[in-house]
Amino acid sequence: MKILVAVKRVIDYNVKVRVKADQSNVDLSNVKMALNPFCEIAVEEAVRLKEKGVAEEVVVVSIGPKACQEQIRTALALGADRGVHIECDEMPDSLVAAKLLKEVVAEEAPQLVILGKQAIDSDNNQTGQMLGALTDMPQGTFASEVVVEGDSVQVTREVDGGLQTVKLTLPAIVTTDLRLNEPRYASLPNIMKAKRKPLDVKAASDMGVELTNNIELLSVEPPAERSAGVKVADVAELVEKLKNEAKVL
Amino acid sequence: MSILVIAEHDNQSLNPAMLKTMAAAQAMGDDIHMLVAGEGCQAVAAEAAQVAGVSKVLCADNAAYGHFLAENISALVADLGKDYSHIVTAATTTGKNFMPRVAALLDVAQVSDVIAVESADTFRRPIYAGNAIATVRCNEAIKVVTVRATAFDSVEATGGSAAIEAVDQVFSSDKVSFVGEELAESERPDLTSARVVISGGRGMQNGENFALLEGIADKLGAAIGASRAAVDAGFVPNDMQVGQTGKIVAPELYIAVGISGAIQHLAGMKDSKVIVAINKDEEAPIFQVADYGLVADLFDVLPALENAL
Ligand SMILES: Cc1cc2nc3c(=O)[nH]c(=O)nc-3n(C[C@H](O)[C@H](O)[C@H](O)COP(=O)(O)OP(=O)(O)OC[C@H]3O[C@@H](n4cnc5c(N)ncnc54)[C@H](O)[C@@H]3O)c2cc1C
Ligand SMILES: Nc1ncnc2c1ncn2[C@@H]1O[C@H](COP(=O)(O)O)[C@@H](O)[C@H]1O
Repeated sequence: MKILVAVKRVIDYNVKVRVKADQSNVDLSNVKMALNPFCEIAVEEAVRLKEKGVAEEVVVVSIGPKACQEQIRTALALGADRGVHIECDEMPDSLVAAKLLKEVVAEEAPQLVILGKQAIDSDNNQTGQMLGALTDMPQGTFASEVVVEGDSVQVTREVDGGLQTVKLTLPAIVTTDLRLNEPRYASLPNIMKAKRKPLDVKAASDMGVELTNNIELLSVEPPAERSAGVKVADVAELVEKLKNEAKVL
Repeated sequence: MSILVIAEHDNQSLNPAMLKTMAAAQAMGDDIHMLVAGEGCQAVAAEAAQVAGVSKVLCADNAAYGHFLAENISALVADLGKDYSHIVTAATTTGKNFMPRVAALLDVAQVSDVIAVESADTFRRPIYAGNAIATVRCNEAIKVVTVRATAFDSVEATGGSAAIEAVDQVFSSDKVSFVGEELAESERPDLTSARVVISGGRGMQNGENFALLEGIADKLGAAIGASRAAVDAGFVPNDMQVGQTGKIVAPELYIAVGISGAIQHLAGMKDSKVIVAINKDEEAPIFQVADYGLVADLFDVLPALENAL
């Protein structure tokens, strides 16, 4: 079977973003960018399914400005076979991304589509579910285990109360949680090989999807800062302060 | 136009997060209906009918909704929701699972994880793991919104007397089936609504050592949480994870034990009223947000703390 993996270019998770002085947005100039960690897990899962002989081909797709091709190359270095870049100037919001992905799904006809559960920039946690609705595919979100069995897939999901398992008829959508797997590091030879793997580029504006974002960003502010408090010497002082100063005991 | 709030429940009682979600909905508009979809969920509908501010309860009681599968629930909500101005639920794993499908079926964008309602169409929400707060205006005809419940005060659970109306539409996808679940059983208060939370990190070294937190939790009536590192290492189950990608908590008192304070962990607890950090590394970033920091070995501190309470 063919697996399609959607990967997003986002700020590196180790970087703490700053808000621009005019509060129009966060400042991403000269900030280290990377593959969204959940997407890295999605690529790893697809590659493992290929290594197990469950999948024949892993296609990665990323939507956004030209620079997204760096993240497609990263995914190719991790073992994906082929890349598709849907180019547009601005990062689309989740609904627009899902609509564009629907077009890619129509063209590629994958049996499994794996996405991250959330992009760590918008923290939206929407795209996979939206793609599921738009393509009428069933979904297994926040997956910590994925087992393909014939024409269905069993997905164990991390939910607030513990774990839930659902069985989905293929083609299906999976979104990854952190414990699904631990992504490998790309080796130097694989990074070199990735440069020669095929990467198709398409203009988002040619895909018949309305690209406007209906959620307007009015302003961005830094969160209320907590000021560091005091150090206490020992347990007795801690308990005394919690009782008499903070009054929470 | 009215607002439709989608109730989260376990077919027996309403999730307490719904009382907070109601407060957010009330800030968006006046007339609020609540949908209780489930299987054998009449008692939940009766409970919902009493919640302050609910003017009508829609009850969809059918096997198709028993496990709240996103495919079925989203089809029902999109069908019922067409004539509402807002569709609102809590940003729990349940809400996050079905709500974006509702939005896509209605062809509208969704606003996730709202922490403040400025007006009927303008909301504040954290982005970048809470390192920035965005104010957004939703220009869609129907506003599909999930709410970070910890950011709102609960409405009264009783006092209302809404009529309950049965809904008989059945949406049942044959592409998905429920296989099973492993739900954590705990006598402790729920992590997201507990007054006190005590969490352990990698510094706890193993799962057995979490017993050191239990004695304290017993005395304080606290819930027990964990960092991702502690969950990944297999010390404790995933439902205990606090953070950007785990649970968001905002208790009156949060005690972080052997947790370094990575931004992804802070994203889940830094709105707590009082934060205590116990860590042997005085440079640990957790101390930058802690009201009271104790630089010490947790294996000395925890027994002493249990005794002192
Ligand atoms: C996409 C993404 C999402 C993430 N989401 C989350 C999330 O939701 N929640 C989360 O928690 N993390 C999350 N993380 C992981 C996060 O980046 C950190 O790796 C994690 O929080 C570290 O956990 P920790 O503080 O327990 O471990 P460490 O960073 O290893 O810290 C252990 C601490 O224990 C202290 N210690 C050790 N021994 C003792 C002792 N005997 N006495 C006292 N102190 C001691 C050490 O000084 C140290 O500060 C995420 C990461 C990514 C990439
Ligand atoms: N611009 C994009 N390009 C490719 N994949 C995306 C894009 N935006 C979102 N996704 C996918 O959807 C997941 C969830 O994103 P979100 O719903 O925005 O939090 C990501 O982890 C990606 O797998």
